[in-house]
Amino acid sequence: MTGGMQPWRAIFRREFRSYFATPLAAVFLVVFLFLAGIFTFSLGGLYERGQADLRPFFDFAPWLLLFLAPAVSMRLWAEERRLGTIEVLTTLPLPLWQAVLGKFLAAWAFSVVAIVLTVPLWMTVSWLGDPDQGMIIAGYVATALMAGLFLALGGVVSALTKNQVIAFVVTVVACFLLMVSGFPVVLDFLRGWALPGVVDAVASLSTLTHFTSLMRGVLDLRDIAYFVVGIAALVLATAFLIDWKKSA
Amino acid sequence: MAPLIHAENLTKRFGQIEAVRRVTLSVSAGEVVGFLGPNGAGKTTTMRMITGFLEPTEGQVTLGGFCLDGAPIQAKRSFGYLPEGAPAYPDMSVLEYLQFIGQVRGLAGQALHDRVEAVISQVHLERVTQQAIETLSKGFKRRVGIAQAILHDPPILIMDEPTDGLDPNQKHEVRQLIRSMGSTKAIVLSTHILEEVEAVCTRVILIAAGRIVFDGRPQEFEARAPASVQRNRMDHVFREMTAAGAEVRS
Repeated sequence: MTGGMQPWRAIFRREFRSYFATPLAAVFLVVFLFLAGIFTFSLGGLYERGQADLRPFFDFAPWLLLFLAPAVSMRLWAEERRLGTIEVLTTLPLPLWQAVLGKFLAAWAFSVVAIVLTVPLWMTVSWLGDPDQGMIIAGYVATALMAGLFLALGGVVSALTKNQVIAFVVTVVACFLLMVSGFPVVLDFLRGWALPGVVDAVASLSTLTHFTSLMRGVLDLRDIAYFVVGIAALVLATAFLIDWKKSA
Repeated sequence: MAPLIHAENLTKRFGQIEAVRRVTLSVSAGEVVGFLGPNGAGKTTTMRMITGFLEPTEGQVTLGGFCLDGAPIQAKRSFGYLPEGAPAYPDMSVLEYLQFIGQVRGLAGQALHDRVEAVISQVHLERVTQQAIETLSKGFKRRVGIAQAILHDPPILIMDEPTDGLDPNQKHEVRQLIRSMGSTKAIVLSTHILEEVEAVCTRVILIAAGRIVFDGRPQEFEARAPASVQRNRMDHVFREMTAAGAEVRS
């Protein structure tokens, strides 16, 4: 080492730039902002509610992320496998976790850029009225954490295939199940045969439940821990899976 | 002198198929080993195990004195690797890509700059440094892969078909480059072009159906052909030995 940057930072920088090297970034950002606008103003009824806050935006954010986070994460490892560059990357002298971390953080940073670009919505409601700024900040934190969790889950799926379309579809389904696991659609299905403890455990995994309580401005440590631990576990699982594929 | 590459009893099974069986080889500095074999004989699988991209089912690898299992980072610092097809990120420019590889390898500042400049001139990439890799011809792409492999001036160089798909001029250039590095490094290159072996290699290892069937000097390899064979004597030996290997397998 000659005082260079940590390998994960080099990976992060390359990966983050590569999002902008293709039209993907532009398409993604435009679609994200367009849908965010529609959801907030039209479907969410920002004006009709007569309340200057961003509730309509945050109510729809999980559904927006459900499709857009997998679009960002699908290429993470699937693309490396398709191009064969994974063979270069994994034979370079860096711990695998650094490669996984660098790539995940790049995907997350890109998504946070998209989320931050909705700040004009915030400015609009602040201009129209006097919203609870704390709640809006909590909403943004919750949205960023949810994006991180979906991307980490997408990273796991992406590590298992070289087909980006498969990675996308499987990730959407996985995120959806994780998101609604506290809702009747999943719990009723389980109640028929699973142990009550299992049903409770699955219910406690529901992303939407944790998201909603964070979004309401209740900064409960358990909700934050849910996202942080979930992200860490999934990033580790990605590294484990890539390593496991070496001996497969 | 201790060998720079030592692989002991490498075996790789994919499910029921035994792709490589008990391959043992040692390569020292100053050797250029031509790794020969028909397609599907296990050349790429063996190289992937030596570089740590695949984990062997059995056996172990030591590179530059470091065990790939016990000290993977140190072991990986000691070699440069050109994988089959010379993969690289298509959206990056040649310069960006080489800088990225250097950064991951821990180079920075002037040292990084100097090494990148050095390999660019060594493999003649000056004309295309700003070009996106996806727009490069096959020959240039291959050279970018080689540049990436020698960026940190490693004592060990492992190349999977370095001249595949190149035109005769480009082949000649790459061979000259390999020869110029061959006196100080331990080099393993896979190929199925036998003229390449005569041109650059000091040693031949022939693999058939996952096993080493010959390991020796190119002259010895050629001498296996009967005197009656006048032309393409190496081709003759190659066919004889790999056909025998195929029979062993079935």
